Amino acid sequence: MWNWEFAAEALPILLRGFVNTLIATVVGTIIAAILGLILAIAIRGLPRWINWVVRLFVAFVRNTPLVVQLVFVYTAFSEIPGLVDIPALVVGSGVIGVHYATYMSESYRAGIDAVPPGQREAAIALSLPPVRTFTAVILPQALRATIPSLGNYAVAMFKDTPFLFALSVVELVTSAQQFGASKFAYTEAFTLAGLIFLAASYPTSLLIQRLERRLATY
Amino acid sequence: MTDKLSALQGFLPQVWEGIQVTLILTLAGAAGALVIAIVLGLAMTSSHAWLRIPARIIVEFFRGTSLLVQLFWLVFVLPLFGLQLDPMACGIGALALNYGAYSAEVVRSSIATVPKGQWEAAIALSLSPARRMLRVIFPQAWALMIPSLATLFIQLLKGTAVVSFITLSDLTDKIGQLRMATNDTFFAYSVGLLIYFVIAWLIQEFMNLLERRAVKRLGRRRPGSRNDRRRARRDARVGSTEVTGPRTAAGQSTGNVGYGQPL
Amino acid sequence: MPPTENTPSPHNDTAPAIEFRDVEKRFGTTTVLENLNFTVAPGERVTLIGPSGSGKTTILRLVMTLEELTGGYIYIDGMPLTFEERDGKRVELPKKTTREMTTRIGMVFQQFNLFPNMTVLENIIEAPIHVLKKSKETAVADARSLLERVGLSEKADEHPTRLSGGQQQRVAIARALAMSPEILLLDEVTSALDPELVGDVLAVLRDIAETTDITMLLVTHEMQFAREVSDRVMMFDSGRVLEEGPPDLIFNDPSHERTRSFLSSVL
Repeated sequence: MWNWEFAAEALPILLRGFVNTLIATVVGTIIAAILGLILAIAIRGLPRWINWVVRLFVAFVRNTPLVVQLVFVYTAFSEIPGLVDIPALVVGSGVIGVHYATYMSESYRAGIDAVPPGQREAAIALSLPPVRTFTAVILPQALRATIPSLGNYAVAMFKDTPFLFALSVVELVTSAQQFGASKFAYTEAFTLAGLIFLAASYPTSLLIQRLERRLATY
Repeated sequence: MTDKLSALQGFLPQVWEGIQVTLILTLAGAAGALVIAIVLGLAMTSSHAWLRIPARIIVEFFRGTSLLVQLFWLVFVLPLFGLQLDPMACGIGALALNYGAYSAEVVRSSIATVPKGQWEAAIALSLSPARRMLRVIFPQAWALMIPSLATLFIQLLKGTAVVSFITLSDLTDKIGQLRMATNDTFFAYSVGLLIYFVIAWLIQEFMNLLERRAVKRLGRRRPGSRNDRRRARRDARVGSTEVTGPRTAAGQSTGNVGYGQPL
Repeated sequence: MPPTENTPSPHNDTAPAIEFRDVEKRFGTTTVLENLNFTVAPGERVTLIGPSGSGKTTILRLVMTLEELTGGYIYIDGMPLTFEERDGKRVELPKKTTREMTTRIGMVFQQFNLFPNMTVLENIIEAPIHVLKKSKETAVADARSLLERVGLSEKADEHPTRLSGGQQQRVAIARALAMSPEILLLDEVTSALDPELVGDVLAVLRDIAETTDITMLLVTHEMQFAREVSDRVMMFDSGRVLEEGPPDLIFNDPSHERTRSFLSSVL
């Protein structure tokens, strides 16, 4: 049932695929962290009708499948003459990042809301201008509360990177699938792929849990 | 645009077929996930280590290995062990296992959030362990877990799209076909995403209904209802919680009433 | 007393309602109770007083089996509750036996602990129907007369969360009484109440004390109430009985300085 030779052969190939998995995760996380904050501020600060459009966009992206979004954007890009050559990994990481940015915006919003009103009042009492109040008083406190959820979403993104299979990006699962098909060694390939996921995501989750507890005792 | 719409109209029966496949996957997957979640979630709250530890390992295993890995494992590896399931069963199985594991953690943490006094009162009345869970603890935990389960339910709907990788012709697959038929990527995918969005919205409304009913059974209003948020905002402006009226006053004096959101 | 020859036979009418024998309770490495021996006679009302952390609430919780007994034995009506001595060894009883024993014991909590997912009436009839196997009609009739007794007849179909603290606590008392307990444990039942609501709850308890012969073990800071209803007061300090006696003696003429300073701090 289990062939160690196949397993040994598969491992380096899977790890090469894993590099793409990591790239997608890191790029996705950076986009989600930045765009999420922009969305959160847009929802808070912009005029009513833009606010409404942004919120609809966020709800729409959140509640529809990432797989479909990936294929949609990738196909659409490939039809635009100037964008044909953009690698699938780049497009895919971007879409994953935007998808999770809609989740992150919610965390930022909650983080900003959780800052006690007294903080804003104290800033007003000191005659700080509104922008300074937000960037120097409210935001740093809100970000602190947001870090664990950014970590959790990074892990979630990591586990969603196999959806890049749809764009034929050779990440971990795609490379496992290809290896499995070529050697008819699916057992070794997919089991190892699963174990690599577990080995990377479980310790990270534990770490985030500890971080969360540390940050909670502020 | 009119030719696109007429093309869509001609394609409608196929889209409907795809919707049905997606709905079956979603509902069957959710039902399976709920059963798995309750069994594993209860096992994780058990005082017996021989129940608790295996349940925790299963949950971490299925949470930690990605959905697609699990799906491919069921599709490609199981047949090598002599168990050939049809793609639909594989899809439902993978969704149920993956989201069941996530939901099990929700079940566990909600049960853990029910105040200790409730357990103690049930023991003081000599209720049997099964009765204690069924009549006292679970109904209260249920109200707490619905919002998180609703989120996971929608995640599961979104997750069904991966079955298009294993030759199941679900909504995602049909959208691809619609694109070919209309030769308009933007149109086809907008229609497709919109359908997913509507299904997600229906799920959310259904779960809101369940939550309202569960909370009503506990004799309180839904925490975080529109009125509560409005009141919280007003309190934040006034800078005082003394004007919130009877609910807060009762909440402070009763101790076993107000507990926080799970997760 | 030598435990071997003193192990009472079941259904012994003269057996104490509650007996603690060499009871020890540890939480991790901290010992809360050590070498504790006392008995409560059937129908007796005993109040436990003492500074917080002296172990009085732990005693009630041990009787209700909410805490695990780490050493010694507790007997109810002469029968072992959680552990028994067999051939000189300490053996844990089956959970089911323990649960049968606890049906004789009722408890009212500081935080009421009513079930919010049930109405007032459902709270009261749940255990009589499913533990005592009463018929629904009997259970409901009994519950209604108990509600009348605690002055809440019209609240039967309310949800507990809609009641004031004092009303919730009176429902909790009715719920405990619905099991017709031989022993009633009252754990600081007025401590979570606003001062103006304490009176109603004490009135109900006074009524029960006067009209029934239920054995009562109570922890309270209401010294006036303790003086009225108790037959005996036990002063605890650091897990030991410092002194005990009739309320008049303990309250008016305590023999220990610790008791005196404790009483002057709460009176």
